[in-house]
Parts: sequence; C-alpha cells; structure tokens
Amino acid sequence: MSNNKQNKHEKFEKHVGWFAIATLAAMSIGGLVEITPLFFQKATTTPVDNLRPYTALEMEGRDIYIREGCNNCHSQMIRPLRAETERYGHYSVAGESVWEHPHLWGSKRTGPDLARVGGRYSDDWHYAHLIDPRSVVPESNMPSYSWLGDTPVSNELSARKMELFNGLTKNRSHKDAEGNNIPLYSADDIANAGKEFATTKSITGKDSLQEVDALIAYLQSLGHALK
Amino acid sequence: MSSFWSIWISVLTLGTLVGCWLLLRMCLKNFAGVAEGEPMDHEFDGIQELNNPLPKWWSTFFLVTIIWGFGYLALYPGLGNFEGLLKWKSSNQGITSIAESEASVTAAKEAGMLVQYDREISQASEKYGPIFAAFAKQDVETLSTNEDALKIGQRLFLQNCSQCHGSDAKGTTGFPNLTDNDWLYGGDGAAIETSILDGRKANGMIAWETMLGGDEGVKEVAAYVLSLNPDRAAKVDSALAAKGEAKFAMCAACHGADGTGSTAMGIPLGAPNLTDNVWLYGGSERRVQESIANGRAGVMPAWKHILGEDKVRVISAYVYSLSNQK
Repeated sequence: MSNNKQNKHEKFEKHVGWFAIATLAAMSIGGLVEITPLFFQKATTTPVDNLRPYTALEMEGRDIYIREGCNNCHSQMIRPLRAETERYGHYSVAGESVWEHPHLWGSKRTGPDLARVGGRYSDDWHYAHLIDPRSVVPESNMPSYSWLGDTPVSNELSARKMELFNGLTKNRSHKDAEGNNIPLYSADDIANAGKEFATTKSITGKDSLQEVDALIAYLQSLGHALK
Repeated sequence: MSSFWSIWISVLTLGTLVGCWLLLRMCLKNFAGVAEGEPMDHEFDGIQELNNPLPKWWSTFFLVTIIWGFGYLALYPGLGNFEGLLKWKSSNQGITSIAESEASVTAAKEAGMLVQYDREISQASEKYGPIFAAFAKQDVETLSTNEDALKIGQRLFLQNCSQCHGSDAKGTTGFPNLTDNDWLYGGDGAAIETSILDGRKANGMIAWETMLGGDEGVKEVAAYVLSLNPDRAAKVDSALAAKGEAKFAMCAACHGADGTGSTAMGIPLGAPNLTDNVWLYGGSERRVQESIANGRAGVMPAWKHILGEDKVRVISAYVYSLSNQK
C-alpha cells in the first residue's frame, strides 16, 4: 500500500493520532447536542416547588442506600407511561432531581421503582421488610439486610455533607423574593445537624439510632415533592 | 430553551446529517489511484485486497437513513425549540407542582399539542371511568356483592395492600388480618373506607415500663391481661394477675374496664379487645409483655392521594367481602 502515493485514505488510516482525534470528534457530537444544553436549561436546573433538602438522618440513609447498592435493583424513575403511573404515581420530572448528587435513577428493576415509595408503607413495615423481606412478602427475592438493625449510624459527617451539598447546588436552590438563591442548609441547620439523632427514637428499640432508622427515614422521604 | 442553545442543537444535528451525506459521497468516489476491481498492490499470506466500490445496496440504505432523518426532524421535536410539524411530545416535563401538571394537560390540549402520555390517560379514563363512576354510586356493602367489582378490587388489593396484609389478606405479626371480622376501627363499609382513605395511626399504646414501675409491673399487668382470656386464665399465675388488676385501671381508659377494647364502647380508638384470641403483635406471654413495656405504634398509610376515592371504594368492597362472605 505504501507504494501508492495517490491513496488519500492511507494517510488517515495509518496515522493513529489523527485517527484518534477524528474518532473523539465524531463521538462527542452526541454529548454536545443531548447533554451540554441541559446544564443551562430551566427545566433541569429549577427545583420543583415543594422540594426540600434531606434532613441529616435522611442524608445518612441515602448514603447507606448507595453503599448497599439498592439502586442496582430499584430504579427511582417513573416513566410517563400509564402502566407505570398507575402503579407508582406521577411520572418523575427533572425538577425533582436537581439536588441529587449523584442521582439514583437506576436502570434496572429487579424490585419495584422507589421514586414515590415514601408514605406508602409504615415504618414498621419497612423495618420488618429490610431485616427479613420474606416475613412480610413471602414471594420476595430481595436479600435480607439484617445488619442494618444492629449497626449504629453516625452523624459525625452530617454537617460536612450539608456544607458539601450547599456547594454542589449553589445556583440551583430555591430563590427568595429578591431572586437570590437560598442555600439548602442554613448555618443553623449545619450547626444542629446532630440534634435529630439525639431526639429520634430508634425503631429497633435500641438506645441509639441504627442504620436501618436512617434508611427508613430516607425511603419515607422519597417522592415528597410531587404529591 | 434560549435561542443560543436552540441554534446550537439545530446546527450540530443538521450539520451531522449533512456531514454524513458528504462522507458517503466522498467514499463513493474512487480515489485510490487504482482501477475498480484491480488489486491494491499489497498482500498478506497470499490474500490480496481489491479496490472494490461500496456495495450499492449498502450505500443506498445509508442515503435512505439520512433522508429519513430529515423527515423525522421535520415531524417530531428534535431541533431545539422547533416543536415539529406533528406537534407531538411525550409528556409535560417542565412542571414544578401537581397543580401545574394538571394545568399543563389543558394547556397542551388548547395549543393543539398531542401529548402521548395525556392521550394514554384520557383513553383509559374514557374506557374505565364510567365503570368506576358506576361503582362509586353504590355503598361498600352493596358493591361487595358485585362480582366484577370484587375482581377489580382483588387486583388492586394485590397490587397495593398485599405487601403488608398478605396476598391472602390474612396479615402477619404487626399487620392486621382482614378476613377474621375482628376490627380495630370498625368493620362496616364506611369505617373500612375511612381507614383506607385517611389511614390510621395508633392512638398511642405508649411504652408503659417506667409508669408500671419496671419489669415487675409489666409482668403483673401481662399476667392480668392473659387472665382475661377464658381459654388461658387457668395457666396464669393468679397472685401475679391480682397485682396486675390494680394497675390495669390505667389501661382501662382505652381497653375498657373489662378489657374488651374501645369498639365495644362505640369509639373506634383502635384499642384492641384483650379477651379474645386475636393478637396483632403475638399473644405469647413474652410478646404481650413486650407490647406493654415498649408500646406499639402501628400505622396504616393514607391512600386517598395515591389511589383516589373511586378505587378505594372498590378495594373497600373487596376487603368487606372477605369478612362478610355470603
């Protein structure tokens, strides 16, 4: 092939640098068109009216949800299809996820969608179900998360997490009358991040809050913004 | 979307389509410097590459997909703020509240938009709406004799209620059996419907351990409670039960002086009858002591806003039928 000077294809095919650059340029088009504009759109950066930040306990619960990989089997994304909204409630909208870092939409449903599971079942049910799913749903194939009931949950990092989320959502929080962004957590909230832990009673009957309490608090908060 | 981003999307999308077309045209030309069908002057292990053109069927399909792409972008929303000639969209995504969501359905209709999700919902309500409306005119008791209503009610029950009450509605520890005609908040149609619509929150079986003077007090009251049951009275330590009787005065406020529960007094406080063999949290000595010491706070969630009143009526009829079989 090298003896053919007229073959223009060859210059490209045999120069790995140029080929890589051209490949990257071709691949980036999809992202530039479909993702980049979303960072600047009202619908994806404005929280829905009733969205409230997670409490310290819910925030810890969310981290346990991530740690245990709940999002591998449970989505949090109700699609705008009647079959889904009949079962789960109003379809999910972008404004509900504006403060989610990272979002937990998931992509697979071995178990049901949890986007609006908050308030559907009692705390007692969640406790029984997390510790031993088959005690309430005999057909369930969900693993038992029994250790959540005897692992104390710590609020050591709660204040730090609140500060972090204030930073992450700086320009996407609710606005006051003058149009200024109200931080998710006030200085007061951050200073009192531990209070909730001292006053809330553990569902396990133990003296201190366990991880299961945090996870239940988080689950009960899901979907609160559109009800 | 601002016009900048609208233009950004349109230019990149159309540019890519045009680019694909230019690339195809370029590749259809012979620029290898070798006549069509002739060898490309290199070989590996006796295998030669010939300068063959792109297959006609392939390049034609490539061109067709490009043309199809332009057609699609003309009909459906794909180019920034351009809504597409069909005025179609999948759902009203930009809403910030339920009220706005409801308003957007009307707004889209007035603007002549075809919202796929709204259409699905209106088709369903045209088909099923009249059925539920007819059911809603009947009271729970009447409806509980309607075969069709019971079939629908059972489906809804399995979908929404069986997680706690079980698919046979017989419940489990902490979650009431709905088939035994034993009711904490009343078992007539209206009471069942209220329980489902607004939910129920236990009025406060609080933790009594401290007030009863610790473990000993709990054991005494538990013994007295078990002695109220004619089947079990014989096995109870009567001295312990006698001590418990004095303390039971505190319990009588809700459970009644004879322990038969509040429904006996006509007030559905949710305080159970302690003299029968129905034990929501278990009737063993240990479990009864646990209930007294730590309290119990069962919650039935409210379903009005999740299912709507019409569906709750049908579920109520199904639940009523379980305890009132003809």
